[in-house]
Amino acid sequence: MAGAIAFNTDLLARQEKRERANILRLALPASLLVLILLFVPIGWLMSLSFLGADGGLSFENYTRIWTEGAYVAIFVTTFQVSLWVTLICVLLGYPVAYTLNLLPEKISNILMLAVLIPCWTSLLVRTYAWLVLLQRRGVVNSALIDLGLIDQPLQLVHNMAGTVIGMVHIMLPFLVLPLYAAMRAIDGNLLRAAGNLGASPSRAFRDIFLPLSAPGLIAGAMLVFVMSLGFYITPVILGGGKVQMISQRIEASVSLFPTWGPASALAVVLLILTAAFLLLSWIAVRKLTPVETEAQ
Amino acid sequence: MSTPSRHALPVSIRALSKHYGTVKAVDDASLNIEAGELMTLLGPSGSGKTTLLMMIAGFSRPTQGSIRIGAEEIVHLPPHKRDIGMVFQNYALFPHMNVAGNIAYPLRIRGLGAAEREARVKRALDLVQLVGYGERRIDQLSGGQRQRIALARAIVFEPRILLMDEPLSALDKQLRETMQIEIRKLHDRLGMTTISVTHDQREALTMSNRIAVFSQGRLMQVATPDRLYARPESRFVAQFIGESHFLAVTPCARGLCYQGTDLKLAEPDKVAVVSPLLMLRPERLTLAPIGERATANDCNVFAGQVVERIFQGDSLLVTVRLGGGEMAHLRLQNRAGNAGFSPEAGTHVNVLLHRADAHIVSAEA
Repeated sequence: MAGAIAFNTDLLARQEKRERANILRLALPASLLVLILLFVPIGWLMSLSFLGADGGLSFENYTRIWTEGAYVAIFVTTFQVSLWVTLICVLLGYPVAYTLNLLPEKISNILMLAVLIPCWTSLLVRTYAWLVLLQRRGVVNSALIDLGLIDQPLQLVHNMAGTVIGMVHIMLPFLVLPLYAAMRAIDGNLLRAAGNLGASPSRAFRDIFLPLSAPGLIAGAMLVFVMSLGFYITPVILGGGKVQMISQRIEASVSLFPTWGPASALAVVLLILTAAFLLLSWIAVRKLTPVETEAQ
Repeated sequence: MSTPSRHALPVSIRALSKHYGTVKAVDDASLNIEAGELMTLLGPSGSGKTTLLMMIAGFSRPTQGSIRIGAEEIVHLPPHKRDIGMVFQNYALFPHMNVAGNIAYPLRIRGLGAAEREARVKRALDLVQLVGYGERRIDQLSGGQRQRIALARAIVFEPRILLMDEPLSALDKQLRETMQIEIRKLHDRLGMTTISVTHDQREALTMSNRIAVFSQGRLMQVATPDRLYARPESRFVAQFIGESHFLAVTPCARGLCYQGTDLKLAEPDKVAVVSPLLMLRPERLTLAPIGERATANDCNVFAGQVVERIFQGDSLLVTVRLGGGEMAHLRLQNRAGNAGFSPEAGTHVNVLLHRADAHIVSAEA
């Protein structure tokens, strides 16, 4: 009878072991790829940042960032530009996604193309186009003067404003896409239910639609913010040297100094600041928009 | 019918229509719902019952007509000013609020204080037998529990009337039957004027005080469940509620005849219909051996021959070919008492239909 209880257990256990080994073997190529292409370079970058000018181990690259005011100012500018871009994208993108969501799906799909098609053209072309539009005698300034709204042309390029305008244009789709997807997923009956329970349309929007679309909005905003931190071309062209962002500094560092140390240190600091910022904003968002509960 | 609560109000729908181009989703519907009544709108999909409910709730604008709650005209009001509770088909519970948050939402909109809200939420949870579920998230609830929470949320603010859109369609069969009885009991306790929509005839028959049957945008008949079942006014209603088939009968000297024999009818004064049909319900027909006339005094007797006998567990389905060639289907309870006469195929028999069950509808309607 003992044999009957242990019937085939060895065979089945061997089979399970074999399957597990197979799964590991199948996962190996992808794991190696991630390891070689992702973790090794970041580790390498980090180790480079600790190389001093003399080739020895040192913290001089980090102390320089900390002590030289210019670097701190660059980090401040980088976060400032990225926050403005994110904020303006949210203000412009939410109504766009909301409108797309109200329209029947056929029409909103076509309009979505209008949001996406600019993404397919070269970033460089779009940035130079803004230069043409925004310069002293550009289309925007002439139009404003012709309309009698201003007497003197506005300074729209080679400053923060120009950089932000150009970057918002490029970043907007990255906000609209996840936001629109989140809005589409909201059951329209929830708004009807809110209305039925006595909520005016604006109240229903505030209590129901806004909180339910918030995850999409946050996802989009974080995407825009993180991508903005590393922007290079747009600030160079539309900032005209007056807006110094971190990626420009890294590029200058690499092309000026013979060693990779200073540039690596900048990249590492940016990485850590970004991670810290995202973590903090995630915590803040969770604190600010709790699930609405009612004590019992 | 339950005693209406003091606050219960009647609902009056007059000449209400909703046209989409040439399509008449609801066509000239007039319907009175009494204070405290549970009225079910019943019909196949596309019959206009849901459109009518949506117009009462304010989510769909009628092309014309009037809807009154008590004396007040509400046809022009937006949904949030109608003070109507509604249970949605998929419940439409807010996923970012917990159970208590959902139930308290209409109370918060009405500006009730925290203590009052808490007391009312507690009472509502008690009413749907889910005390202690207030802190649960919506995704932690089963389908039946969501249904109850949706019901609690719809009645917690004491709306003037309650609407239910296919309230049980998302539940499995067993739970649905339990909930039908529970909703009926709850309605009896609250005495709230309630309008429910369903395509499920059993649900309608079980829960309702009265049923309004719709077909292709038109209101076909409004009646109590038993009246609707026994005295349908049209072929459509007869077929939609319960099983039925029909015998074409002809006018003759003393009323209506089938194959030259006078029919004994439940309502002999109501025979003046165009193309009259005799309604046959399988469970209301019985069989007797040829020549046995003892029970036949109050019955219509149709001679025929058994064509088929099918065993269906609790019942026997027997098909008999009548004198005119039509088939009559009978459902005989499968119990010892019927074992005495359970004819095989080929046997000549009499099919009996009691006078009280002999009901005429028009082929035109």
